[in-house]
Amino acid sequence: MRYRIGIDVGGTNTDAVIVDESLQVIATAKTPTTPDVMEGIRKAIRLVCHQSRISPEQITTAMLGTTHCTNAIVERSGRLLKTGVIRIGKPAAMSIPPLTDWAQDLADTINGGVYTVTGGHEYDGREIFPLNEDELRAALNELRGKVQALAIVSVFSPVNPAHEKRAAQIAAELMPGIRVTMSHELASIGLLERENAAILNAALYGVAESIARGFQEALLQAGVKRADMYLCQNDGTLMSLDYALRYPILTIACGPTNSIRGASYLSGSENAIVLDIGGTTSDIGVVRQGFPRESSAAVNIGGVRTGFRMPDIVSIGLGGGTIIRTEGGQIRIGPDSVGYRLREKALVFGGDTLTATDIAVRLGLADIGDPAKVEHVDLACARRAHEIMMDMIQEGIDRMKLSKDPLPLIVVGGGSVLIRDQEDGLEGVSEVVRPPHFPVVNAVGAAVAQASGQVDEIYSLQIMDRDQAVEQAKSLAIKRAVLAGADPASTGIVEVDVIPLAYLGNAIRVRVKATGSLA
Amino acid sequence: MIMLDEQAIEDIAIGAALLGSGGGGDPYVGKLMALASIRECGPVPLIRAEEVPDEALVVPSAMMGAPLVLIEKLPNGQEFERAFRALGKYMGQEVYATMPLEAGGINSMVPIAVAARLGLPLIDSDGMGRAFPELQMVTFHLHGISAAPMAMADEKGNHVLMDAISNHWAENIARSVTVTMGAGAMIGLYAMTGAQLKQAGIHGIMSFSRKIGEIIRESRKTETSPTRKIAEFTGGYLLFQGKITDVARGMEGGFNRGVVRLEGIGNGKGSSLEVEFQNENLLARIDGEIAASTPDLICLLDLETAEPFTTESLRYGRRAELLVLPCHEMWRTEQGLKVVGPRYFGYDCDYVPIEELAKRRGR
Repeated sequence: MRYRIGIDVGGTNTDAVIVDESLQVIATAKTPTTPDVMEGIRKAIRLVCHQSRISPEQITTAMLGTTHCTNAIVERSGRLLKTGVIRIGKPAAMSIPPLTDWAQDLADTINGGVYTVTGGHEYDGREIFPLNEDELRAALNELRGKVQALAIVSVFSPVNPAHEKRAAQIAAELMPGIRVTMSHELASIGLLERENAAILNAALYGVAESIARGFQEALLQAGVKRADMYLCQNDGTLMSLDYALRYPILTIACGPTNSIRGASYLSGSENAIVLDIGGTTSDIGVVRQGFPRESSAAVNIGGVRTGFRMPDIVSIGLGGGTIIRTEGGQIRIGPDSVGYRLREKALVFGGDTLTATDIAVRLGLADIGDPAKVEHVDLACARRAHEIMMDMIQEGIDRMKLSKDPLPLIVVGGGSVLIRDQEDGLEGVSEVVRPPHFPVVNAVGAAVAQASGQVDEIYSLQIMDRDQAVEQAKSLAIKRAVLAGADPASTGIVEVDVIPLAYLGNAIRVRVKATGSLA
Repeated sequence: MIMLDEQAIEDIAIGAALLGSGGGGDPYVGKLMALASIRECGPVPLIRAEEVPDEALVVPSAMMGAPLVLIEKLPNGQEFERAFRALGKYMGQEVYATMPLEAGGINSMVPIAVAARLGLPLIDSDGMGRAFPELQMVTFHLHGISAAPMAMADEKGNHVLMDAISNHWAENIARSVTVTMGAGAMIGLYAMTGAQLKQAGIHGIMSFSRKIGEIIRESRKTETSPTRKIAEFTGGYLLFQGKITDVARGMEGGFNRGVVRLEGIGNGKGSSLEVEFQNENLLARIDGEIAASTPDLICLLDLETAEPFTTESLRYGRRAELLVLPCHEMWRTEQGLKVVGPRYFGYDCDYVPIEELAKRRGR
């Protein structure tokens, strides 16, 4: 038997799970996230291996979803590399220099010198001007010895990456061993967002190496000697360690995605609403074909705008610790909560505050604390309070749900006792599903993740028709998924988006995503 | 006269995204251009139309091109110096001030950058009071002012000075020049005198969008949705709350044309909204009945934050509120509706002002 271990580092807890070949969860562990993130990871791996009673040598795959990179950026960590920025496209784009919209302290931490070089392309792949190699060499010579990494960005490189590639080649000659990010490998059209992502990615190479090293050591210490290692990406799929070392920025914000995917997997519902009821708020997301529906808002990382996307989630002010007030016959739910102090403040724990959890206990929905301590709560009043809570959840579900067809509601989180299985009459909900192991749902999301490949490119319809362009994008996405570790036989296309471009009647933008099980 | 500083630019950008009524592009890039320009050249004086001498030469400035190109191949910043110099020479008079052609989207920001770099004052007026997709769709056109002679410049250093027999011809020629320049160009057009501007412009529009932006910014601190406040301030109508269930797009005549469908939530539950767009939102139907039409401003705002959606940022699943603002009176004339009314855009219906439609719905 071969096993997989999945680890998720969250803001509060680090979780780990072990799953078997058929992806059944056989052991789980939870431990507080430590200031030195690796320490928590080591502990979680040790705990879960111990609990599983399997031989660590049988673990052949290990996947990690971690906040290392986000933290490094948010904290302006000294581990971020000094990065040189080469923007190719002059005379275009001079009106907004690189790093214009960055927080000054983050720019100061990362910026090792910004240079603009003549070159770049038009939307149809024509050159604006040929790449001026003399300017480029002069810039690189000035950067030599001052920076540890380079971000190379060229105008319309997603359409024609030739100048970025040539510049990377020259950089390798002039600055042997320098680590280089080419923007076209990370993101699509949108110069500033792509440039920001490339700069952050280059600055994160050092952090990525320490994750890789730390992860490997943590596994070895637990006796896991021969596992293939993967990191989770923000889209819910995996990158091999080699790949992650080149594109560390793609690990940003994988937590919420892992949570939704884990819930979907554990409940066996590829299409569902996911309700995560915490202590203070509830998050509602939607899973479609096993992946979270994405928000249209661009992701800000530590005050830097990038083109990456996050799951679409609405938060409502209702959790297990939400404070319930009755004033003059009126019942008010929250919005404040006793939060993490539930175990001292709630009535059932001998506290003095009526909370949503107390209501659930009074109505017999949950067996928590001492039920005798809520017997004095008026039953009609408790019922009314519960009705109002269900109205809040119903409204949240309505906001997220797109079709009238009922969907399963997957309920996870510490506050999930608030929801009854059947009789709450939530509209648009076919059934309430409570998956097992929900406290470690993020780690499950990591353990069951697949490899993926994406394409987001502009195709000129002068040289091919629309169908040919889409086919070309599909096969490129599959190729990239296989490169990321997918078994070629298991790959499939999960998303196709074709956008015609205004003004350019003869061009389309094609976005395709392919996924596949790990080989 | 007041000076536009960084905060003013941030606020105008948000307000302008709303007045773009779905079109005009994301003002983000324009905003950064404007910010970078005033950091380099100092704040820009904003003057009222009546402060402009009658005989002075005024030239509106704008970017023209595919929104996707404008966010990738950003301008150089010096294009306008060449374009304005060429135009001034041709007109035999130096340019006194610039102003926006449209108040919506990215082009509300470009003139701020131009004014900063060229050291010109910016006039608190525009020619649309919103955003529209074609060059002749300005109130200047209604007053017989000619778009040509028109200056166009690209980042490479090319510029074109073009004269045309009509504003429609100017639009057509400008489009093909734009595509040749790489689907993005800087333009100066509708050169006019101060006297003409006073008669033909929509005045106070920059201050108007700045105030809308202020309302949205203030609401972020309190985390309350400001849509009601915006409606009160603008005299607009909040007609529908819903979530986007479908976005269909296609291309027609070089425009990003499509329809977005929303299903009602909250008090709109059970109803549906359909908004047809052609770069801008042009026609809204609630349960099959026309609820608003161009030239009134049909704006879809994020339900939680009131951040305006552009037609390109519309996505399945987003929650939005429909706000309709009455357009400027000049658009409601027979001549105005010929240029920007529903029939011009191919919809088989007559324009009914939002005030009237809202009254009918209220009954």
